[in-house]
This record gives sequence, C-alpha cells and structure tokens, in this order.
Amino acid sequence: MANATPVMEAIDETLAGKRPVFEVVYEWATTVDHKKIGLMYIFLALIFLIVAGIEAILMRIQLAVPNNHFISPQVFNQLFTMHGTTMVFFMGMPILFGFGNYLVPLMIGARDMAFPRLNAFSFWISAFGGLLLYFSYFGASGLYGAGSAPDVGWFAYAPLTAKVFSPGHSTDYWTLSLLLSGIGTIGTALNIVTTTICMRCRGMTMMRLPLLVWLFLITSCMVFIAIGPLTAAQIMLTLDRYIGAHFFDTQAGGSAVLWMHYFWIFGHPEVYILVLPAFAFVNEIVPVFSRKAIFGYPAMVAATVAIGFISLSVWAHHMFTVGLGAAGNTFFVFATMVISVPTGIKIFNWLATIWGGKIHFATPMIFCVGFLFQFLIAGLTGIMLSAAPFDWQLSASYFVVAHFHYVLVGAIVFALFAAFYYWYPKVTGRMMSETLGKWHFWLFLIGFHLTFDFMHVPGLLGMPRRIYTYEAGRGWEMWNLIVGIGAIFQVVGTVCFIFNLIRSCFRGEIAGHDPWDAWTLEWATPSPPPSYNFAIEPTVHSRRPLWDLKHPEDPDSDYE
Amino acid sequence: MMNTGTIPISTQTEPAWVLPSRGTVGMVCLIVAEAAIFIIFFVSYIFYLGKSLTGPTPAQVLELPIFGTVCLLSSSITVHWAVSALRKNNVRNCALGLASTVLLGALFMVSTAQEWYHLIYDEGLTIRTNLFGTTYYALVGLHASHVIIGLVMLSIALVATLSGRMKELHTERLEVLSLYWHFVDAIWVVVFLIVYVIGR
Ligand code: HEM
Ligand SMILES: [Cu+2]
Repeated sequence: MANATPVMEAIDETLAGKRPVFEVVYEWATTVDHKKIGLMYIFLALIFLIVAGIEAILMRIQLAVPNNHFISPQVFNQLFTMHGTTMVFFMGMPILFGFGNYLVPLMIGARDMAFPRLNAFSFWISAFGGLLLYFSYFGASGLYGAGSAPDVGWFAYAPLTAKVFSPGHSTDYWTLSLLLSGIGTIGTALNIVTTTICMRCRGMTMMRLPLLVWLFLITSCMVFIAIGPLTAAQIMLTLDRYIGAHFFDTQAGGSAVLWMHYFWIFGHPEVYILVLPAFAFVNEIVPVFSRKAIFGYPAMVAATVAIGFISLSVWAHHMFTVGLGAAGNTFFVFATMVISVPTGIKIFNWLATIWGGKIHFATPMIFCVGFLFQFLIAGLTGIMLSAAPFDWQLSASYFVVAHFHYVLVGAIVFALFAAFYYWYPKVTGRMMSETLGKWHFWLFLIGFHLTFDFMHVPGLLGMPRRIYTYEAGRGWEMWNLIVGIGAIFQVVGTVCFIFNLIRSCFRGEIAGHDPWDAWTLEWATPSPPPSYNFAIEPTVHSRRPLWDLKHPEDPDSDYE
Repeated sequence: MMNTGTIPISTQTEPAWVLPSRGTVGMVCLIVAEAAIFIIFFVSYIFYLGKSLTGPTPAQVLELPIFGTVCLLSSSITVHWAVSALRKNNVRNCALGLASTVLLGALFMVSTAQEWYHLIYDEGLTIRTNLFGTTYYALVGLHASHVIIGLVMLSIALVATLSGRMKELHTERLEVLSLYWHFVDAIWVVVFLIVYVIGR
C-alpha cells in the first residue's frame, strides 16, 4: 500500500471493515495536519462548486428564451446572490487556500504550518460560514418559509439590505456567514505569512522561494487589508439590522454610497486575492512543461508586489456610474489602467518562459495555455471598462458579466484545473487520465468561449444584468441561447473532470515521487507525502533544489 | 519517471540559519488586519461628523476622558516592565507589572462604563438616536471589546505568573501579548484624537 492515498486508505479500510466509519471521520475532523486540512478545503470547495454551478445553470435555463416563466423573479434574485457569494467566498477562496495549505509548507521544506491548530480552526469556521449561508434556505423565515435565501446580490447594496426593504433574516444569514468565513480567511492568511517567513528550511532565502510561495505570501498580505474592511462593514450592517444603528440607513442620514466604497475597498482587492494564486499555479507549471527556469524571477516578484499595492487604490472603478465627480473619476481611471503594466510584465514573462522551450503539452500545460490567452482578453475588456465614459455605457450590463467571468473562469478556473492535474499525483500517488483530461479541456474550452465570448454581445446591445426575463424582438434571444448552450458544454466538461478525479484515485497509473521531472521541494517527498513531510529537514542552495540533485554536474547553485 | 530521495543534508558548515519568531510575525499580521477594521470605523466616524439629522451633538455631550486615557496609556509602560522583568527571570516583578496593567486597564473600562451610563441615562444618547450615537458607540465599543479581550488574556498571564507557571522561557509569549496591548493603546490615542479632540 506504499502508494495509496490517505483518502483511499481510509476508504479501503472502512470498506474492509477494519476501521469503523466513525473513527475515520473523527480522525479527519480533529486533524491539524496541513495536508489534510488542505484537502478538506478543496473538497468543501468542490461541493460548493457543484452547488453554485447548478444555480448558474438554473439562471441560464431561465434566460435561454425570452418571456420565460421557469422561475420567479424572487427565486432569480436569490439564485444570482447565492451563486456569486458561493463562488467567491466558498468556492474560490477555500480552493485556493486549500492548495496554499497543502503546498506552501512542502515547498519551503517545513513540516507543518506555523500554527496548526489555528489552521484547523480557520477551516472549520469557514466551512461553518458556508453551511450557515445555505441554512438560510430553511431558517430565514422558519421552516415554512423555506426558500428565503439572501436576494440582495453578492454586493448587497444599501439600502436594499435595510430592515424595511429586506425583512426577515435572509440578509442576516448572508452577513453572518461572510463575517465568519472572513475570520477564517484572515486566520489562514496569517498562518501562511507566518509559515513562509518563519518556517523556511535552511538556505531557503526569500529570493529562493518558489514563486508560488511568493504569490501566496502577497495574497495573504492583501487578505489582511481587504477582508478587514469587509468584516468591519458586516459588523456595521449587523448593528444596523439588529439594534437599530444607522450606518447605511438612508432615512436617518446614513449613506448608501459609503457601503459601496466599503464593499469595493474589499471587493476589488478580493478579485486579485483570487487571481494571484491562479498566477502562482501558472508560475510553477509553465516552466516545468517548457523545461526552462522561469524568465525574470525578480521581475515577477516585483510585479506581484506592485499589483498588490495598486489594486488597493482602484476600487472606485466599480462606482463610475455613482457620480464621483471629475477628479475622482480621473484618478480611478488612471489608477486602474496602471494595473495593466505589472500584469503585462507577467504575461510577457510567461511567454518568454515558453519561448524556445521544449514544450510538453500535457493536460496541465494546455490548461495554462488557455489561461494565458483568456487572461489577456479579460485584461483588455477590463481596461475598456476602466475608461469612465465607456463604463457609463456598459456598467451593469452583460458586458461586465462577460468581463469578470473571463477572469474568474477563463483565468482562475483554468489555472485551477491545471493545478489539479499537476499536483494530483503528489497528493494521491496516482496520475489523472490524460485522455479524459484532454476531453475535459476541449469541452470546457468550447463551452467557455460559447458562453462568455457571446455574452459580450447582448451587453453591447444593452441587455442589463440581473434581469430575470426579457421581451422577444430586442435582438438578445439568439445570443442568450448560445450562451446557454455553452453552459451545457462546460457542465459536461466538469463532469469529465470530476469523474477523472474519482476514477484516477483507484485506477490511475502509479506516479512515483516526481512524475513531471520538476524541481521544487514538494517533489522530493514520496507521493503522498508522509504526515511529517520530510524525514530529514532539507537544505537548499538554489531556486531549483531538485535540479541540483538530479544534475550534480551542472547545478543551479553554481550560478546564483 | 525519476525517483529521487529526500534532499541530503549538506556536510559543509553553513552560516547560522535564524528566522524571525512565529509569535511576533503572527501578532503583527493580526494587528495589520485589526488596524484595517479600525480604519473603516474611523472613516465612518469622520464621514458622519456633523451629518446627524437630530441632536445631541458631540460638542454638547462629550467630555474629555482624561482619567481613563492616563490609566490606559500608563498600562503600556507597566506591561513593558512585566516583560523586561520576566526576561531577567524576576517573576515577582513580572507579576507586579501584570497586576498593575490589569488594574489600570480595568480602571479604563470603569471610566468608559461611567461615560456610557452618563450618555445613555442623562443625555439620552443611544446607538439609535442619531448618526453620532451610531458611530460613537460602534467605534468606542469596538475598542472597548479589544480592551476586554486583552484584559482577559493578561489576567490569565497574571494567574500563570502567580502560580509559578510563567518562567523566563515564556518571555516571548508574554512579549507577543504585550504587542497586542500596545496596539490597543495606540488605537486609543487615535480614538481620543478623532472622537474627543477633532470631533468636538
Ligand atoms: C487588468 C485588470 C482589470 C481591469 C482594468 C478591470 C476593470 C474592471 C472594471 C472597470 C470593472 C467595473 C465594471 C462595472 O461594474 O461597470 C470591473 C468589474 C469586475 N471585475 Fe475587473 N478588471 C481587471 C481585472 C479583474 C480580475 C483579475 C478579476 C477577477 C479575478 C476581475 C473581476 C471583476 C468583477 C468580479 C467585476 C464585477 C463586479 C460586480 O459588479 O459584481 N477583474 N473590472
Ligand atoms: Cu475592480
């Protein structure tokens, strides 16, 4: 059983009746091992991915043809609120932190996170936040009012969330669940920063950190500055709703625009918190499959730091239509456009890494190529929207929806899939099927482009977002139908992926320690890594420690 | 498929490999996150200054909390004493330092309680009254809740010291706790400036 996964081992032993289910559940529920916690994060996120995906499909069915009455307007509002909230907070962040939890200690040669118990606490409180959000389907107006999920949008603009406009408790579930998961996120970020700074193995100087670790470090620093405001705003909203404070109560002089500021001070950095880990995966995968060291390591680090800083000063580009005044608009237009400089540096460096490399198009690599292409387009539509006059035309239209799904799905989810195929052998000791992987890639790629390329068009033609149906004859029908068909392709692709995940666990080819011939420290451990990670604490001499080991005649450390 | 073992430890003598302490780095992270929360409350307070639709206004009802401020700020010094005493393995002085810190912090809380009592029962200002009430109680309350958390942890440290479980080797932990306490004090300085000096 040398190559069995901890998951499989558990399944096997339970099936064979060797260990009672209870014992296994107890072991996972009380674990403080960073690898198990990472896996639990990822598992949780996949569940929420399925749930939020179903919500998306329901919305697309409703919009596929004009004058549809498949679902009611109220349910539609709940669907887009739950979909957005779930995807951002209970799919995106957990899955990224899951990978962070699993990989960061391994990559820096540490045996665990700096605070293992805090780590477990953070996971469980985030998970509880997610459950609380969905419990609103039962609890918000009592069991008989089942279905009163939050319906105020994932941005929950004031005064829609005031007690008068949102009676019952649906909004409270939204607020409290984000408050709790926010605490969990801050805890995990704190853990990652501390681990990176204080637990590096001998010789792992900051400039020798794998880029993935650098990016998680910076993401985590952004979490402190971005989630804090969200938490603060949620506390204020809770005070408003429970004990009659007036922060966002426009009747008593409170300001709705202040909520927008607070939300986007969090919201904009948040999108970078989601995208930087995606960059992190690409940073590790592209060099390995091009058989070259990453091009411009220091520039990559500098660009990431720059993105971190700039992204904190652009939030009001979500508020051009509020009327910020000429000076405000100009500032936020330029600040937003400046972001494209470090982002461009990154794209350039990835291309330069691929350039002239011996490219090996395994599944992780093709997902990265999809990422590169789609992220470029997403950046371009972002720059278009950051021109205030253009935004006045297109804000709150389907063009915006297309833009951000290009980043969130076209870039982040593609990078995530790449990461799954790349690190799966490390986690389980078995390879994922390449054939199924290619099917998954092509189905998903076609579906993605059918959906989101064509979604720009109804946006340009004036179709607003968050409408639950529309009349025929406006020129939107055909586009919406295509968008809906694309969604089906994506679903089929994802089913291939999930099937591949489960099947490979039992049938996958045995992977060995280092199937990709990579050079970061996690590949120096057996697959799956034992609970203490490293039998002997490693010492490193360069950025590519395994390369040094495999090529004693020409180690990197001679050049650094 | 290559099978590589674990990385061998090098035999040559390496320069010492020292990394910052986990407690301090973790606490600094926590402080940054907390500071972000406080900033949002500060911004709200400043933003709503003078925007209340009804009275009372800060100028009418607030008095400078000099006594509480002096208590809280001097508690930063006493906690520092406690840490330096422990570093020199002087457990008795450490206990003394911690005890005075707890006492001073408690006095601060008493003065806040008195202030709130006065505002609520004499002036009729609650969190519902107007925007001033909303922002005032939220901000001062947020700070006070941090003081209370600090007091609880300091009291635990005090009990540990008195029962002889706090030794020189725990200095770092106490230092991390003192960092938190200094942060709470520093925030009070800002609260004081914004609420009682500028706000009036
Ligand atoms: C070059 C970089 C980018 C630029 C210039 C940019 C610009 C913009 C602008 C101006 C808007 C506001 C549109 C409106 O509401 O009228 C927007 C919306 C949005 N962007 Fe981006 N963006 C960029 C990258 C990203 C990334 C990396 C992500 C996600 C990871 C992202 C996610 C979003 C989301 C979620 C929204 C819509 C929020 C909402 O209204 O619900 N953007 N973007
Ligand atoms: Cu933005």
